[in-house]
Amino acid sequence: MTSPGRRIRPLFTLYLPVMPFVLFALFPLYFMLITSLKKNSELYDVTTVPFLIKRGVTLGHYQLLSQDTLFWSWFVNSLIVSVAATVVSVVIGILAAYPLARLRFPGGDSFGVAIFVTYLVPPSLLFLPLSTVVNRLGLSDSLWALVVTYPTFLVPFCTWLLLGYFRTVPKEIEECAMLDGCNRLQTLVRILLPVAVPGVICAALFAFTLSWNEFLYALVFVSPAELKTMTVGVISELIRGDIYYWGGLMAGACVGSLPIVIAYVFFLDYYVSGLTAGAVK
Amino acid sequence: MQLKTVEGDVAKLAARGEAPTAGLSDFLVRDTPVAYAFIGPAFFLLLFLVAYPFVLSLWFSLSDARVGETGSFVGLDNFARLLRSGIFLQTLQNSIVFTAAALTLKTVLGMILALLLFRLVRFKRLIRGAVLLPFIVPTALSTLVWWWMFEPLYIVNYDIPWLPDPYLAMFTVILVNTWRGLPFFAITLLAGLVAIPRELYEAAESDGAGPIGRFWHVTVPLLKPVLAVVILFSAIFTLADFNIVYVLTKGGPFNMTHLFATYSFVLGLQSGQIGQGAAVSLFLFPILLAVVFVQLRMVRKAAMYD
Repeated sequence: MTSPGRRIRPLFTLYLPVMPFVLFALFPLYFMLITSLKKNSELYDVTTVPFLIKRGVTLGHYQLLSQDTLFWSWFVNSLIVSVAATVVSVVIGILAAYPLARLRFPGGDSFGVAIFVTYLVPPSLLFLPLSTVVNRLGLSDSLWALVVTYPTFLVPFCTWLLLGYFRTVPKEIEECAMLDGCNRLQTLVRILLPVAVPGVICAALFAFTLSWNEFLYALVFVSPAELKTMTVGVISELIRGDIYYWGGLMAGACVGSLPIVIAYVFFLDYYVSGLTAGAVK
Repeated sequence: MQLKTVEGDVAKLAARGEAPTAGLSDFLVRDTPVAYAFIGPAFFLLLFLVAYPFVLSLWFSLSDARVGETGSFVGLDNFARLLRSGIFLQTLQNSIVFTAAALTLKTVLGMILALLLFRLVRFKRLIRGAVLLPFIVPTALSTLVWWWMFEPLYIVNYDIPWLPDPYLAMFTVILVNTWRGLPFFAITLLAGLVAIPRELYEAAESDGAGPIGRFWHVTVPLLKPVLAVVILFSAIFTLADFNIVYVLTKGGPFNMTHLFATYSFVLGLQSGQIGQGAAVSLFLFPILLAVVFVQLRMVRKAAMYD
């Protein structure tokens, strides 16, 4: 019984109401993109329609960004820090999640609770004392400061996420491997990890995204301009004085978001499952 | 549903005395040296870079430490001074207004969006992907475009001074936080909706419940645990927000948008009073404790029903 009315109804009760949400989500990002492509003459002309590009597209802002700023250094710094912090955190997370998921040992419960509590600690609670610790370790003003501190919020997240994945894998396959003479590490690497690959990818994706997007620690621990990460570089080095070069700023914001958006387009389902599994910040 | 398993994990961690398993697998489950070796790296990381800084933070808050100086013990002096400081009381008020408003908006809009997303058939992936995007893009950078949109040049404002006006600035900060946090609410609540058995709706319908009745008597009660987790989780990270305020208003105008994180940044780093700064950021701790307490309790309760 599919009368035309029944087919058209969702248009009004579903797709029409969902449109404002989609517009709300996408408009700022659209505006970011068109601002970065607009000529200055149009950008600062109050009489033009701000939502459209009418006087032609320009890549001038991107060119300026590449030539006159340290933009690409920041980009590379972000890449180095994010990859290093992700690898370290996923490895530590896998190792910590395994005994929590599989073994019974004294202190295991407390350690699980500690991981859970740390997972809830926002970076803004600890940045002051951490900057002292980073100083004492002699790591301030180097990318190491970030590679060392990012795992403080990435490891609890990865451990928590992987713990959930490991539990869904039946114990029996590991028991067989162990009776065949594999040790724990071999069982973990050869038997459990291949089955838990989606979990590991998910953890790695989120760890990378959280590192790439991190702002507070990068702002506090690293001050030389050429060592800054993407987010901090754009915010603190491109905004100078009272004159804002909005075209350049938006170009920076676009390129700075691009790696994450690309990863997101390819791995949408992992992001969705990680989000619901881990309740990410 | 993934969220359920995560909670179940806490439940298992929390509920002691699991049923004893059979001989062989029981033997395989006990391997203390390996367990300690495996959790070692994570343990030392938490010890030196989370627990130690936390203790350090407590010490700072009880001392007159400044940048480069260890300082000496001054008792609760920092806290007493904060509670007499107009700027801090303003920060406290801002934090409450900001968190309450943003959480309410995110919960209500997130619920509506989740219900809509749930019913989607065509373009499901595309629309879900689109509404989730604000959560993935770096907050510091996306806040920049909001700043640009509220710049007194054009767009949303024909001569409305959004950011220079204290109340409108607070509104803007709340709006941006809602924009960024809404996808998390929507997607997590959607996962909760998917897990509700269809039969319950059918039963309610045959009992004569309309759409609104079904929402209040089936959806809401069954979604309560997920709702609680999402709201509590978001409460911490909304209250602790730094990026949006730092980029958009720097706490101004007249400290009317300062939150704990940004004020602690100003006190501790920009004016070098680490003791005061640490004391401000520690105000985040009670809410954190409350959330942990409630979550663990909820999880234990869930474990009892298992």
